[in-house]
Amino acid sequence: MRPKALAIGCAALATAVVLSGCGSETASGGKTKLTIGLFGNFGYAELLKEYASTHPDIEITDRTASYSDHHKNLAAHLATNNGAADIEAVDTGYINQFKATPDKFVDLNTKGGDQLKDRWLGWKWEASLSKEGKQIGYGTDIGGLAICYRRDLLEKAGLPADRDQVAALWPTWQDFMAAGKRFQANAPEGVKWFDGGPTVLNAIVGQASVGYYDRSDKIVVGDNEEIKAGWDLVVDGVQAGLSAKLLYSTPVWNTGFKQGQFATVTCPAWQMAKIKDQAPDAAGKWDVTSVPGGGGNWGGSYLTVPKQGKNVDKAVELAAWLTAPEQQARVFTTSGLLPSTPKLYDDPAIVGYKNPFFNDAPVGKLFTDAAKKLQPQYQGPKAGDIQTAIGNAMQRVEQGKQNGEDSWRQFVADVQK
Amino acid sequence: MAVTDKAARRHRWDTRFAPYGYVAPYFLLFGVFGLFPLLYTIWVSLQHRNLLDEGGASLVWFDNYARLLADPYFWNAMGNTMSLWLLTTVPQILFALGIAALLNRKVRTRTLFRMGVILPNITSVAAVTIIFAQLFGRDFGLINWVLDLFGGGHVDWQAGTATSHVAIAVMVVWRWTGYHALIFLASMQAISPSLYEAATLDGASGWQQFWRITVPLLRPQIIFSTIIATTGNMRLLAEPLLFNPGAAAATGGSDRQFQTAALYLYEQGFTNYDFGYSSAIAVVLAIATVIVAGLGYLVTKRIQTE
Repeated sequence: MRPKALAIGCAALATAVVLSGCGSETASGGKTKLTIGLFGNFGYAELLKEYASTHPDIEITDRTASYSDHHKNLAAHLATNNGAADIEAVDTGYINQFKATPDKFVDLNTKGGDQLKDRWLGWKWEASLSKEGKQIGYGTDIGGLAICYRRDLLEKAGLPADRDQVAALWPTWQDFMAAGKRFQANAPEGVKWFDGGPTVLNAIVGQASVGYYDRSDKIVVGDNEEIKAGWDLVVDGVQAGLSAKLLYSTPVWNTGFKQGQFATVTCPAWQMAKIKDQAPDAAGKWDVTSVPGGGGNWGGSYLTVPKQGKNVDKAVELAAWLTAPEQQARVFTTSGLLPSTPKLYDDPAIVGYKNPFFNDAPVGKLFTDAAKKLQPQYQGPKAGDIQTAIGNAMQRVEQGKQNGEDSWRQFVADVQK
Repeated sequence: MAVTDKAARRHRWDTRFAPYGYVAPYFLLFGVFGLFPLLYTIWVSLQHRNLLDEGGASLVWFDNYARLLADPYFWNAMGNTMSLWLLTTVPQILFALGIAALLNRKVRTRTLFRMGVILPNITSVAAVTIIFAQLFGRDFGLINWVLDLFGGGHVDWQAGTATSHVAIAVMVVWRWTGYHALIFLASMQAISPSLYEAATLDGASGWQQFWRITVPLLRPQIIFSTIIATTGNMRLLAEPLLFNPGAAAATGGSDRQFQTAALYLYEQGFTNYDFGYSSAIAVVLAIATVIVAGLGYLVTKRIQTE
């Protein structure tokens, strides 16, 4: 009995060893296997299929995780030099943290990246460039801002639904909150003006001339009056009962779209793909119009190539192809992600594009205008984590755990620790 | 003569060294997956080290520990861990005893019930937590809906300290009670029926028999279960992490109201990339687990036959 058990154990161990040995990068038939690690919706499904069909020697697997899981896993895979995909997407909130260790990534400048530089907006290119001048990622999209709103809900509350008239309701964020109070007075039961304080606040922060950091990477949010004024305004809105108190990118927020718990949501361009994914039945009910305050950026991503990959040259080639203007144009029309390549901002196919899901809103015109007006804001090393911390702080107010002042003080103390 | 001599020598060699060969696989695996990570964690905990920047590490000896002892968020996390330990371990053991006693009776289809109680334990912890998080949802959760029927109103389970701890404890208790019940059941069946017969003759009620015979005789299993439950709950991570999905998952609530020590370790390691500090948390947590398990042992050891 014992020897037999031992034999079975050995066989199992041997199998495990063989199996792990099998996980090589070359698939059967001599194809090169490339994996691409994404989060959310990059709109790449069609493009990857097309690339694989025009490159018969390449087989592409995409794996998509949630925003925070994706970036935490990537950090773990970089730390252990094992397990990262051949191409890994990185969001603006994390790019600074990763470019601080550029040696974990392929320097794209050594792979012809310096030739492609002019494709992108200058600030987009700079943002993923390390201090030593190594380029760790090709820009995908930018997060130009707009507001998505539910026409039907605004109408029910006696507000205009036409997008130009809606835009006229809120030239500033103060006006946005005032319109919210009008809405809330006659709102359908269970519907709030906006989804949650943290979402609105992120847009306001994105429009500020200085964000959480100054250019010497010092955290200055504690003295940033522009952001503090935005904070006070959102706290006021929350206390007036305008918030559905749902934190963005969580399951309850997704449910909020399905259940129609809020009438407006801050819409960086990539948000349109999320809304469409979450509430496909709401086609035609949603519309898009310009953001209070004008301009501003929230999010946008990069494709990086970790150095640990076995096929970095082919991965770089694919990353360059996916981020080329032609492909970015297609992603914009299929998924709404705003291109980071300025050449497209005057392209009639882009500017003239209307999104049928959003009641044929002229999103091409709207977002290219937003992109042209956009004043890039410097993002420090841990901007993503500070964004999480300020979201927590706003939630404390929404949950009634703290008042606005106490929560702000705790937030500033936390991030300056 | 020479032949038997050789055989005898081989036999001696065999009896002397073969046992080491037989136990070697265990020690090999323990060395690779147990001892090495343990020692390496202690080594890293003495360094100032960024998760992504191994080359930039520097030896700082006990700086991380000094920082840790003065860190209010660490003590908050330890407090939450202890609270959840009490809220999970005690009900787990009591419910498991009750369920085991029920399953020990002659009921129809008892095999089905016995297998049924282990089902929660073999389901995926992530799936279970996601479903429980929905049950405890603020706006559309089933539990709030039921409470509403009884006029209980709307509870924001994640917002409060007590409510969030109760919600997480329910997930853990649901998952582990059946496991402990089966262990108790197995030992209950080994208790000689003559003890109960004698007690019945002496006029002892069922309740008295349970507390005076069954529980004392289960003492070794109760000690075992307490220690297993303690080590499990001291490193509670998945439940609080997934109870609050999204970018802020690692902070365990807007005010860290349900951030456990293991979750704080995760936050420091994988959000702040402070590998040295998170390793120091791991070491302190391991020591705390030994202490708490020792406490649990001392308490359960006092269960006595009279």
